Amino acid sequence: MSGSEKKKGRYARLFARLGEAGEGAFIPFVMLGDPNEGESEAIIETLIESGADALELGMPFSDPIADGPVIQTAANRALEAGITPDDCFRIAANIRSRHEDIPMGLLVYANLLIGRGPESFYERASASGLDSVLVADVPTVEASAFARHALASGIDPVFIVPPNASDDKIREIAGLTKGYAYFLGRAGVTGADREMAAPVSSRVELLKRAGSPPVVIGFGISRPLHVRAAIESGAAGAIAGSATVAIIAENLGDPEKTREEVARFVRVMKSGTRRLG
Amino acid sequence: MEISNGAFGEFGGMFVPEILVPTLTELAAAFEEALRDPAFMAEFDGLLREYAGRETPLYRCRNLTAGTKATIYLKREDLLHGGAHKTNQVIGQVLLARRMGKTRLIAETGAGQHGVATALAGALFKMRTRVYMGSKDMERQAPNVWRMRLMGTEVMPVETGSRGLKDAINEALRDWSASYEDTHYLLGTVAGPHPFPTMVREFQRVIGREAKRQIMVAEGRLPDAVFACVGGGSNAIGMFADFIDEPSVRLIGAEPAGHGLHTDKHGSTLEKGRPGILHGSYSYVLQDENGQIRESHSISAGLDYPGVGPQHSYLHRTGRAQYIGITDAEALDAFTLLSREEGIIPALESAHALALALKFAMEDKEPRLYVVNLSGRGDKDVDQVMPHIKLEVR
Repeated sequence: MSGSEKKKGRYARLFARLGEAGEGAFIPFVMLGDPNEGESEAIIETLIESGADALELGMPFSDPIADGPVIQTAANRALEAGITPDDCFRIAANIRSRHEDIPMGLLVYANLLIGRGPESFYERASASGLDSVLVADVPTVEASAFARHALASGIDPVFIVPPNASDDKIREIAGLTKGYAYFLGRAGVTGADREMAAPVSSRVELLKRAGSPPVVIGFGISRPLHVRAAIESGAAGAIAGSATVAIIAENLGDPEKTREEVARFVRVMKSGTRRLG
Repeated sequence: MEISNGAFGEFGGMFVPEILVPTLTELAAAFEEALRDPAFMAEFDGLLREYAGRETPLYRCRNLTAGTKATIYLKREDLLHGGAHKTNQVIGQVLLARRMGKTRLIAETGAGQHGVATALAGALFKMRTRVYMGSKDMERQAPNVWRMRLMGTEVMPVETGSRGLKDAINEALRDWSASYEDTHYLLGTVAGPHPFPTMVREFQRVIGREAKRQIMVAEGRLPDAVFACVGGGSNAIGMFADFIDEPSVRLIGAEPAGHGLHTDKHGSTLEKGRPGILHGSYSYVLQDENGQIRESHSISAGLDYPGVGPQHSYLHRTGRAQYIGITDAEALDAFTLLSREEGIIPALESAHALALALKFAMEDKEPRLYVVNLSGRGDKDVDQVMPHIKLEVR
């Protein structure tokens, strides 16, 4: 890989490669430390082996207001296992030490950054091999200090594009978000019980025209046909959180079966990223 | 912290998922417009008068202060319709919700007082109403659960986290992030994202405005201090707001010290917390060293909250107001004492404020004039308090 290739960043390299192959990205989300540190790391390894193109990793927080019951419960499992932000960074660093190229994003709530200080939090994220950080409860209007510290540490600040964003807001987010834009498939909190809403292609198109990095769709993605619909609407990928985490919840106490089921899920979801014909 | 919206010094802001920002921005604009609309304010004042029973009396305690040099007046928000100060701002917000074309209300409640106030407003304005309430609070405030249901409100038990007020707010925010198109979230305190801390203060300001006028009539001077209990802080801000620019008046908030500040069973956010982000604003928060929110404790469900409104953080940081802990035991003593001495059963929340004023009164060497916000009545607490208080049967 040339120096300039490397400088482009892992997300840019991934989306360029998939674009040439005519594929979208499948990005599973899991909570770091769910159900405990060791199993969590093994599950993440399985995600990668089974074909995940990138990873979205949650840092457990006591009061996750953007999350539905499945991901709340995952955070509780991790917290009850004693998982701290330091443990999360260690898991990420371990994964990075074995996988140089896979893009890894962190999803976190603001108070976890405040405690450590945003500057040192982003430094630590960067040192742990993370590529991006999305702060679920910091909207663009409050984001300037966060984004500045992120960029200074070489972390891509990722912003959410909600379905109710005005055209102006979409253009603003297109300029602020780095690495990728996280497009919400529907209103509400995370969860696979409600499917992503109908056509989003005009909003995705508007983001692209405004110069956004690749658009990834999340919320309500639980089946390969959702992934396909996301790709066909012009997105570069799809994130499945609650559907992935639910597999861990359903197989607690049986790590082997968890990994088997997770592997099967990733393979089937990845198949939805390949364009037909 | 750099804050763009609704800043109180370094505190406040709008720290919510992006999806709620358009709704909050619309709410802030509607609120600003309504404040300047004489017709809106006339309807608000009219309802406060004819429906809620304002103005509430300012009552001078006859017996309570015997043996001290203090004169204590009680601002009788306990006599407001609904049984607590909560009704004031609920009427303001429901009028605003109607003005914005919303047809459904959601709210959180701790002690159930805000839930009851929201339920009565929902009934009055014929809006579908759902109140989120921690299942722990539903147990200790069963009569209020029944009152809400009687008025046609759906009470949703919250089983997550500590099953208290904090968790009820989480659930209400989650509901709102899917329902904002037809739903107004009637947040019950001066915490939360902008514009709630400002809006709720303005709708509660009437408490201090009346008290100031009433004390001038009764005593011909301003009080030396005003006291109020602080959970999220709405009754305290309502009492403080018109006195903030009166430097001779001390502003004193009673925080719930629970089992004592040397234990971890308390809710004294300003004394024992540090700044962080909970429920949409940058303010003091009870949290562990990693930033996980800690469970608070108070005998009083309405004060059992690990956060506090951002303006209180500002008043604390600048020293304009002081916040002092009152333990469960001290609040229970004040609860009993006010019942005995004046024939007024206070809410456990308000008993914290009274206990603090009495502490000051005991230590004062000079005659002092105090106003205590008696924010709610204690009927709701009787079942819970009974096992704690041994009565002499005469």
